[in-house]
Amino acid sequence: ALKPLGKTLSKPGVRNVVLVEGVRTPFLQAGTTYADLMAHDLARGALQGLLNRTAFPKEAVDYIVYGTVIQEVKTSNVAREAALGAGFSDKTPAHTVTMACISSNQAMTTAVGLVASGQCDAVVAGGVEFMSDVPIRHSRKMRKMMLSLNRARTLGARLSLLGSLRLSHLVPELPAVSEFSTAEMMGHSADRLAAAFGISRLDQDEFALRSHVLAKKAQDEGLLTDIVDFKVPGKDIVSKDNGIRPSTMEQMSKLKPAFIKPHGTVTAANSSYLTDGASAVLIMSEEKALAMGYKPKAYLRDFVYVSQDPKDQLLLGPTYAIPKVLERSGLTLADIDAFEFHEAFAGQVLANLTAMESDWFAQNCMGRKAKVGAPPMEKFNLWGGSLSLGHPFAATGCRLVTMVAHRLKKEGGQYGLVAACAAGGQGHAMLVEACPQ
Amino acid sequence: GSEQLQDDMMEVLNEVWGNSAVKSAVIISTKPGCFIAGANIDMIKVCKSAEEVSKLSKEGQMMFEKIEKSPIPFVAAVNGTCMGGGLEFAIACHYRVATKSKKTVMALPEVMLGLLPGAGGTQRMPKMLGLPTAFDVMLTGRSIRADKAKKMGLVHHVIDPLGPGVKDPEERLIEYLEEVAVGVAKGLAKKTVTVEKKKGLMQKVQDAVLGIPLVRNQVYKTVTQKVMKQTKGLYPAPLSIIEAVQAGVEKGPAEGYHVEAVNFGKLAMTPESRALIGLYQGQVACKKNNFGKPEREVKSLAVLGAGLMGAGIAQVTVDKGVATILKDTTTEGLARGHDQVYKGLNDKAKKKSITTFERDMTLSFLKGQLDYSGFEKVDMVIEAVFEDLSIKHKVLKEVEAVIPPHCIFASNTSALPIREIAAASKRPEKVIGMHYFSPVDKMQLLEIITTDKTSKDTTASAVAVGLKQGKVIIVVGDGPGFYTTRCLAPTLVEGIRILQEGVGPKKLDSLTTGFGFPVGVSTLIDEVGVDVAAHVAEDLGKAFGSRFGGGNVDVLKTMIQKGFKGRKSGKGCYVYSAKKKDKQVNSGTEEILKAFKLTAPPAVSGDEDVQYRLVSRFVNEAALCLQEGILADPVQGDIGAVFGLGFPPCLGGPFRFLDSFGADKLVQKMKRYEDAYGNQFTPCQLLLDYAKDPSKKFHK
Repeated sequence: ALKPLGKTLSKPGVRNVVLVEGVRTPFLQAGTTYADLMAHDLARGALQGLLNRTAFPKEAVDYIVYGTVIQEVKTSNVAREAALGAGFSDKTPAHTVTMACISSNQAMTTAVGLVASGQCDAVVAGGVEFMSDVPIRHSRKMRKMMLSLNRARTLGARLSLLGSLRLSHLVPELPAVSEFSTAEMMGHSADRLAAAFGISRLDQDEFALRSHVLAKKAQDEGLLTDIVDFKVPGKDIVSKDNGIRPSTMEQMSKLKPAFIKPHGTVTAANSSYLTDGASAVLIMSEEKALAMGYKPKAYLRDFVYVSQDPKDQLLLGPTYAIPKVLERSGLTLADIDAFEFHEAFAGQVLANLTAMESDWFAQNCMGRKAKVGAPPMEKFNLWGGSLSLGHPFAATGCRLVTMVAHRLKKEGGQYGLVAACAAGGQGHAMLVEACPQ
Repeated sequence: GSEQLQDDMMEVLNEVWGNSAVKSAVIISTKPGCFIAGANIDMIKVCKSAEEVSKLSKEGQMMFEKIEKSPIPFVAAVNGTCMGGGLEFAIACHYRVATKSKKTVMALPEVMLGLLPGAGGTQRMPKMLGLPTAFDVMLTGRSIRADKAKKMGLVHHVIDPLGPGVKDPEERLIEYLEEVAVGVAKGLAKKTVTVEKKKGLMQKVQDAVLGIPLVRNQVYKTVTQKVMKQTKGLYPAPLSIIEAVQAGVEKGPAEGYHVEAVNFGKLAMTPESRALIGLYQGQVACKKNNFGKPEREVKSLAVLGAGLMGAGIAQVTVDKGVATILKDTTTEGLARGHDQVYKGLNDKAKKKSITTFERDMTLSFLKGQLDYSGFEKVDMVIEAVFEDLSIKHKVLKEVEAVIPPHCIFASNTSALPIREIAAASKRPEKVIGMHYFSPVDKMQLLEIITTDKTSKDTTASAVAVGLKQGKVIIVVGDGPGFYTTRCLAPTLVEGIRILQEGVGPKKLDSLTTGFGFPVGVSTLIDEVGVDVAAHVAEDLGKAFGSRFGGGNVDVLKTMIQKGFKGRKSGKGCYVYSAKKKDKQVNSGTEEILKAFKLTAPPAVSGDEDVQYRLVSRFVNEAALCLQEGILADPVQGDIGAVFGLGFPPCLGGPFRFLDSFGADKLVQKMKRYEDAYGNQFTPCQLLLDYAKDPSKKFHK
């Protein structure tokens, strides 16, 4: 039986901002079918897919905001390059944002702000991550020498510079995989976080398995309708995520810890994997969307960003963000019908759930009187999550929001809650409200 | 006490061994921040003979041997302090897991107390770390952090500290450590985990080379030479450690353990050990605030003058996360000071004791400026401007015009009486002296000077700031030169006389270092600065009269005229160049000394007399400070002399020295010097009192 609808979260004097459509390319494990592309190719795929699915007149797009984390140096404003390449109007400005794993959340909330303030009526937001190729640089010494070489005027000066070349100049610099402020790898931090909350290896493996099983089910039942096909030049049309692989507890238990050896609990199987993918959403004012004949999927309501200690609380963003966003809307956890959490690591998700369920944590770390409570699992990430679907860093945010909108529709719920953690010790949560059917 | 602990321990061990179901065991401490901090020093202090102390050593050896030879494997799970006997316990276990908590520190610090690791440490360490590293650990007593310990092979496995979860992080960390250690212990019992550590190529090569007796002999010889060079033979403990190690490695464990126990007993009875233990306990006492909790915590501080001292004070303050304004009068001065702070922090980052990110964060607490903006919000101002009373008065007035009423004004001066500086103040109860030593980030001592008007809360606040900056603190009364500079001045003046009498700078240096001073008097003059030395000698000479005479201050003044201002100007007693390590005597100074030549009275100019002339003037002045109430107690006197002026640590400070050497013996010597030189060597009343009654001791 349907529960009676709660109040709407619209606010007087504030425009209703709606999600009209959300799409994504299939998410593929890095180094697979997308391997020879560039980031903006995937972004083009998502943007073009959005145009195709909505048949939206491209001149009507007021603005484009796009997220990315590991930047391809040739396309530092990937938003603009991808938009041009996807056939958007060259009259539509575009900018790129970055905020680690919540980059496309930032892109979306930027769009929400533009629409709510009346600056724009239709904004495209999204994000792309391409992990099959990352910028590997020459060493600082080598770069310095090459730049000096550029300025050297005489042959003698050039030769003398070249003479200073040493073997150590040739050691390349890989993009940083560790937190700049703490020099700690994220998986290492996740392992410590799991240990701090006493999350066992078994719990983590079980949660990871649940993610894959649910994702497989959603895939098989055709629920992942946000996917748009992607044609890789010279290769097949890609239409499915390729990282969903339900395993067995026994197989998972065989894996060795990936970061803290030998006693750690975070393994390759209970972590999200390196993924290529892009996503895009169309965000509009409700009145304009309705006037143009669209049926919006959901309202994008209150959202918050939080940040905390990047060392010991790197991945606890959701715990901090959720009580805040609920308070802003006057809702409680029990009002929420569908939860979509970003799953960076099984241990990280479970640590957040444990923290939300802990009075000690609420009182000692958050300055709250009591815990906010943890979401019930029967409403939680029911179509899989980043562990199984994949996690192209800057594309995940749109995937979460679109998925929660789709779930609300499918499950007949009213309120959805999206939450995610990000490198730098930051976090985000957003309330999504179903539009009247 | 530790004895009770030992009995309890044996009881538990017997229970473990008596139960066949127990296949392995974990030793862990539930005390936050501490595994085992080592044996109780008092247990040794109460012993009356070397034999008694040796017996203690043997008991420890036996207990740990039982663990080593235990039929079931033992895992030591270390979180927090693991020192001395605690580390010896841990290395008797078969496997060690340690947390990388900042509090986890391993060390065998016995050598710093004039002792040796007496519970098997000298025997197990070489086996575990190889001879060179074992010697390094035992002869320096240095602290080893967990990750370094892992690299050295001292622990098998390390665990990162945890952030907050659903309970106190430290409590959870100990639980987690236990979980991991129990996992290891089970693995050891099932033989899925092995005790053997993988050795790198270098380690294998080293082991092979050290397998050759001739090479080992060379190692003993080299280490002994190095120790002799550094200690001048004044410290018996390092040599005893080498002896015990050598006995074990060359003649087998029975002999090794025997020598370790016998030497332990012998060392405990030496005056050097008594002196070093006294210093250790004095240092602990001088790391406490005896003036209560200040009414308000100093959360922001301003330093005036970005010179060597000012920047140094700023560095140790921002280092503890206190917002600090560094004010100078010129942009050049400010830039130099800023660079000094940056370099100090960056050197730490280079040594990996902090990350570059932590360096940047720390530096963000520093605000350099040329004006007094923001002073209306500071809780304390420390001035480190030029040592000139009128300048000090000028800045005091400027500062008092802008600071809030509660703000404390501290003067970093080495000799100007605080009451004279405070005379210009509208609020003398808020004025205090904070005498730092150069280089501020390296020297541990802070001498705090109170006037009769300084309020108790002002003192409490200054001590709290000093403790936060990591200082060892003595609080002394006001007077020219306070305590430290007042002891230093006659010593320096005597040094100049000795130079005038024809003892060369190098010879003078070797005589002073030979007595145990870490820096020779000639080098000290160069380090302090010839101008500063002249200033101090003249000022205090005026204040105290002929007692502070001796060498001619004009020697220093002539040196200054010629530009020989010491190390900072490149020339002083010596010539300094960046390239040459071995410094040469400055011929210009030699000429000046010739011009001021004095005839040395032969009766008091032998090497030993030269040494005792320097030391007796130092010690007599220290005793006068106690007699006059400048010093509150002999403990602070000893700590100030050793940590601020480099009085020989093996003598434990002037008062400990009087106790062990005998005030009567020193008075006898001084009488001879008095005959030759006059009142500069007249023993003070307090010395005479103690000389008269040999049962009177400064330290109980």
